[in-house]
Amino acid sequence: MSAPAAAHPRDPYQLGRGHEQGEGQSQATGRGEGGPASKRVITAYGFWIFLLSDFVVFAGFFAAYAVLRDQTAGGPSIRDVVDPSRIAWQTALLLLSSFTAGLGSLAAAKGKLWLTEAALLVTGLLGFGFLALEFGEFAIMIGEGAGPERSAFLSSFFALVGCHGLHVAAGLLWLGTMMAQLWAKGFRADIGRRLLCFNLFWHALDIIWVAIFTMVYLMGMVA
Amino acid sequence: MSEQRRSGDDHDIAPGDEQAGRDEPGSGVTGYVVGLVLAAGLTAASFLVLTTDLVWQPAIPAALIALAIAQMGVHLVFFLHITTGPDNTNNVLALAFGVLVVALVLLGSMWIMAHLSHEPMPMDEAMKRFR
Repeated sequence: MSAPAAAHPRDPYQLGRGHEQGEGQSQATGRGEGGPASKRVITAYGFWIFLLSDFVVFAGFFAAYAVLRDQTAGGPSIRDVVDPSRIAWQTALLLLSSFTAGLGSLAAAKGKLWLTEAALLVTGLLGFGFLALEFGEFAIMIGEGAGPERSAFLSSFFALVGCHGLHVAAGLLWLGTMMAQLWAKGFRADIGRRLLCFNLFWHALDIIWVAIFTMVYLMGMVA
Repeated sequence: MSEQRRSGDDHDIAPGDEQAGRDEPGSGVTGYVVGLVLAAGLTAASFLVLTTDLVWQPAIPAALIALAIAQMGVHLVFFLHITTGPDNTNNVLALAFGVLVVALVLLGSMWIMAHLSHEPMPMDEAMKRFR
């Protein structure tokens, strides 16, 4: 790489230094000689923007839940529907799956196909376990007459938790596709970018679960 | 070595890229293990706060929110590799804007709806407006 970049490792954008040599010769990314950022950076950054907008979507569901939490219409409240041990298991499964997804991305960075596939498989199984527990919870609630049509509280509950579950289900489909593509096409640059985006998506789902886990379930046990 | 490092792009780092942590404690397997341990510890702490009387009863919701925000920070740093490094400027700025919008939507809705349920509009006034 160029001398200026090496000379200022702590200031890669050369903020305040660009004018010494003129913008045209600047080696910083996005300026003069620096040229545009690599495709990997641009793709992942675009996906990061998508994830943040997904957080905004969830913020809407969270706001609806926070507002409608006490509108139980004489039906069950959040205290009546929480099963602490089920929630603890769901949290553990999703956190572990985030961990194994991270190990998979490390194996992919080192170009180890079998290790990456194995990590993805474990991630998928853990995610599937999470989803199975969530479906079980929904089935029990609907069986007891606490379905989404019972009260405004339950509508917002199913919308919020169900939206997260839908994301996990879509993530599982994506994960299966990534395993097949890695197997068929190997570590091509475009497959690497898709894998990077998948990992971002999966970690982001865990962040949303932390919010649901706290705001819906734990807060529900407090009240 | 990743594609990004080979391409010689030293100035930006993709969010979540393994190269992000080369100068950070959150790099490699160690980073993920530290993240897992911290996240599991914070989750366990949330359960403890709830099930024991370690924390003063009325302060439990505040404690739970603090623990949740801490855990989100752990996920961002150790799993998504969002750092304060100069090569992460764009990622952090986008995150800051996302947090701003989320806070506005969430807190704004709760604030407005709490006011509405504390001070409802008189019925005849409401009928006049909706007519």
